[in-house]
Amino acid sequence: MSEKMKEKTGKIYMINGPVVKARNTTGFIMHEVVKVGKMQLIGEVISLDGDDATIQVYEETTGLKAGEPVTGSGRLLSVTLGPGMIGNVYDGIQRPLEVLREKSSDFLKRGIEVPSIDFSKQWPVEVTVKEGDKLSGGDIVATVEETSSFTHRILVPPGVSGVVKEVRSSGRYTVDTVIARLDTGKPGKDAIREIRLFHSWPVRSPRPYEERLVSDEPLITGQRVIDTFFPLGKGGSACIPGGFGAGKTVLQHQLAKWSDADVIVYIGCGERGNEMTEVLEEFPELKDPRNGKPLMERTILIANTSNMPVSAREASIYTGVTIAEYFRDMGYHVALMADSTSRWAEALREISGRLEEMPAEEGFPPYLSSRLAEFYERAGKIKALGNGNIGSVSIIGAVSPPGGDFSEPVTTHTKRFTRCFWALDKTLSNARHYPSINWLTSYSESIDEVKDWYAKRVNKNFFSLRDEALALLSEDDRLQQIIKLVGEDVLPDDQKLTVRAAYLVKVGFLQQSSYSNVDSFCRPEKQYEMLRIIMHFYNRAKKLVSKGVAISEILEGGLLSKLSRMKEDITNDEYEKLKDIEKEIDSFFDKLETR
Amino acid sequence: MPVREYLGLARVNGPLIFIEKVKDISYNEVVEISFGEAKKFGQVVMINDDMAVIQVFQGTEGLSIDKTSIKFSGKPLEIKLSEDILGRTFNGIGIPIDKGSEIIGGEYRDINGEPINPAARKYPRNYIETGISAIDGLMTIIRGQKLPLFSGNGLPHNRLAVQITRQARIKGDESERFAIVFAAMGINHDSARYILSSFEESGALRNVVTFLNLADDPTIERIATPRMALTAAEYLAFEKEMHVLVILTDMTNYCEALRELSTARGEVPSRKGYPGYLYSDLASIYERAGMIKGRKGSITQLPILSMPNDDITHPIPDLTGYITEGQVVLDRELFRKGIYPPINILLSLSRLMKDSIGEGFTREDHPHIYSQLFSAYSRVQEVRALASIIGEEELIDVDKMYLKFGRAFEGEFIKQGENENRSIEETLDIAWRVLGYLPKDELTRLSLDEINRYYTRRTDEDMAEIIRAVSAGKKSRDGEAAP
Ligand SMILES: Nc1ncnc2c1ncn2[C@@H]1O[C@H](COP(=O)(O)OP(=O)(O)OP(=O)(O)O)[C@@H](O)[C@H]1O
Ligand SMILES: [Mg+2]
Repeated sequence: MSEKMKEKTGKIYMINGPVVKARNTTGFIMHEVVKVGKMQLIGEVISLDGDDATIQVYEETTGLKAGEPVTGSGRLLSVTLGPGMIGNVYDGIQRPLEVLREKSSDFLKRGIEVPSIDFSKQWPVEVTVKEGDKLSGGDIVATVEETSSFTHRILVPPGVSGVVKEVRSSGRYTVDTVIARLDTGKPGKDAIREIRLFHSWPVRSPRPYEERLVSDEPLITGQRVIDTFFPLGKGGSACIPGGFGAGKTVLQHQLAKWSDADVIVYIGCGERGNEMTEVLEEFPELKDPRNGKPLMERTILIANTSNMPVSAREASIYTGVTIAEYFRDMGYHVALMADSTSRWAEALREISGRLEEMPAEEGFPPYLSSRLAEFYERAGKIKALGNGNIGSVSIIGAVSPPGGDFSEPVTTHTKRFTRCFWALDKTLSNARHYPSINWLTSYSESIDEVKDWYAKRVNKNFFSLRDEALALLSEDDRLQQIIKLVGEDVLPDDQKLTVRAAYLVKVGFLQQSSYSNVDSFCRPEKQYEMLRIIMHFYNRAKKLVSKGVAISEILEGGLLSKLSRMKEDITNDEYEKLKDIEKEIDSFFDKLETR
Repeated sequence: MPVREYLGLARVNGPLIFIEKVKDISYNEVVEISFGEAKKFGQVVMINDDMAVIQVFQGTEGLSIDKTSIKFSGKPLEIKLSEDILGRTFNGIGIPIDKGSEIIGGEYRDINGEPINPAARKYPRNYIETGISAIDGLMTIIRGQKLPLFSGNGLPHNRLAVQITRQARIKGDESERFAIVFAAMGINHDSARYILSSFEESGALRNVVTFLNLADDPTIERIATPRMALTAAEYLAFEKEMHVLVILTDMTNYCEALRELSTARGEVPSRKGYPGYLYSDLASIYERAGMIKGRKGSITQLPILSMPNDDITHPIPDLTGYITEGQVVLDRELFRKGIYPPINILLSLSRLMKDSIGEGFTREDHPHIYSQLFSAYSRVQEVRALASIIGEEELIDVDKMYLKFGRAFEGEFIKQGENENRSIEETLDIAWRVLGYLPKDELTRLSLDEINRYYTRRTDEDMAEIIRAVSAGKKSRDGEAAP
């Protein structure tokens, strides 16, 4: 049977924004991609009812008419996975925006179909299997040097297996070249399966893996308040709630720049166009601190900005996470940022509203919470199918609560399904304390799992020091309540010292400007030393104060300004120099003590 | 396309009409509605089989079920554009109301525009000097930015917008072409006249395109007004290579019109009765600011909105803040203290300034001064709260210094005259002057180099002296005192 004959065609009868209903659609399948109307808009079947289908259209529906056709494609909404994705910027349904721009204009036109990856480009392919090899899903058949710092591993698609019957030798090939033919042992037309450099995968189905592993390795981000106070395991998930301007996007950009992942998938979901442009202009210039290569060479962007169609916004999250899983399955650590999942939830709400479904909380559909759960469940550290490599997907989702109120549905549900909660605090951001992660209300459930890693790689006292500092901060919080009522002057000297030391932790350690050349990224060793020295100062001062030395004598030594500037004064590479400050502290206190 | 005309409606509900047994209707197309002599315009907002729902821009007042006729145009709402629109005035749906001729020649554009491909955008980097210290120093506006004024009833947002428009300039860019697109939505005649006459005084009127939907004009037309304005702006910016400043006021009235429509359509409301898609709808307006690679023009947006009950968490300012690239927030408290412009520094923000200030742009100390002023002024708020409880005398010495700094900061840095145009150097010098009230040790955001270069410790007497000298100098220079 030819492809054409399989095509089903229905007829539009209702149009309501991005939602279209069609009749005579028997034979359509759920989540099938369809072409809508004479303009050939791209849509997806989202419900079937007898002979009727409901379709969400990924492009603006102005001009569509009742009576126009809807044509099925026979395939599910999928992503194309293969070399050529890295460095790209896609819309929510994986159309490359640069190609769209070349083909049409600076503005997004409708009904244009373009391949997701470049089918004409020749890639240097290193074939790693030979005739007679027995292969199954996830086995590596070849590798491609996709960028100077990234090796793409070509996988047998999950669910496929067989014996290599024919195989090409290494060479330069385009992505749809058949690299190997597998004898599947199945009868009929399934007997031979061709392996190309790419395959497709439906975005709404999680990709399979061999086994789930404990996320016992931290995703190092270079952001002190995260790495030291609220670390995230590779394969973990985090929620960043915060009102407008609290710093979600800047933080997500920081993580995309500096975290020690192999691949970054950044989803701009219903946010600003300029924020995407910023990444596109900045990342090619920035160097990965680990290998000196441009950051764009490990980054994939998905930009479905707030003015682009909402249904594609809904899809963008799935497009992103499926791409992330694909790289995970090669044995890479992938970090996925979604900014903002609230806009995705609103897309769900809008479509649900147009479908006239019964709303639950605040107009959101009742399935909001299960959709969120399913999404965050796709994070994880795993042993990959076939090749057995270890890979992970870490998901960091920004949440934009209306009015900055964290009791709303998207924040509360996301909190249930994520292991780290980095609560951005408007009071802090208004005072320009960045990152504005509140140290009292944020948490990480990963600490027990990543403890050993820090003990081995940084210092065995890492978390006891952190706990000590957190205790200082929460004591400070208690004192701040008193100060607000009676002023600092009435506090006894030891409490005054607590307040001053806590201030030092806040300004000297927690505050970290992403725009600083030196301090934008801070390696864990430096983080540890900085905190250790601040606490050392505090502990020595405490001893003196308990002996009756006036606090003013301690504070006037000029050390405070040194300690609050050390993050800028001492670079990552020369972090050992922090020990000099420790020596200064010691000699200062030794002098005071021997007086 | 044959023009199709139907007689008779099935139902009328608020601003919506329902019409049955129609064929070949396209989604979002414009219709002309006639009833006797009266003509109105509408737009198809839903199609269900042979039934169509139409929103009527001028309201459904005076329409009857049997005698109303509907003519379908087959086209979405459009505006006719050519360079002749400069200097012209249109109503909320783009019909000239200034007694001038029809726009001749030109081309029709769908007012909904098309989203700019994110890959085609150029990141905005040119700062606009407004001559207003609070803005230039602490929330620098960038060409191509969308930066709203969050205001409240009775606050001087119009005066501020006018001052920005009059004084705005970009260094070394004298040769470029500028235009202003002004869209009024539901504001009163006086405000509109004030703004328009200020354009006239500054001689800018020739380069202004005006869209007026005033308080007594049809509410639903407001849905189209900002889109008309932005379509005109896109034409001028991206075809005619002009730098366009778009002023949209008052966005709150726009949102209310949207709520009215949504309620009439029986949609499930979200917060405070506004539709769940308010965010996306506002984004389809605000995201039309920006710059495009390889094209010379730009669109800078200065929307004005009044916060109902001065509540910044109200859905309108809240969702706006989530879309725009910062905000300038006006403050009733400062206004009462007689400070103009009454800008609430801590709540205001410009997100695009970071790459466009400092060495090579403004002055090398600007980024640190910025950060230092914020941190010091937020400390001032804490100290004030404390002082209101325990009394100023009981404060420790440093805290007293912060209070002095706070007063000087508001009284000298933020406060300035409506005609006072300060250069960025003046602004930064004033910043150093008021920081002089704080001891060196407190200035942790500034580098030691900067402190050595610019800082002088001040006492009250010094200050009085300086201020006298400065204002005397000003008088002799400008021939007028700063109010
Ligand atoms: N780590 C940081 N260092 C320096 N400045 C920061 C930092 N984080 C945030 N900022 C400042 O705060 C501003 C707003 O941050 P950001 O754009 O990330 O907010 P957001 O939470 O994403 O807001 P929205 O929800 O509206 O998108 C930035 O433009 C920047 O000026
Ligand atoms: Mg953001």
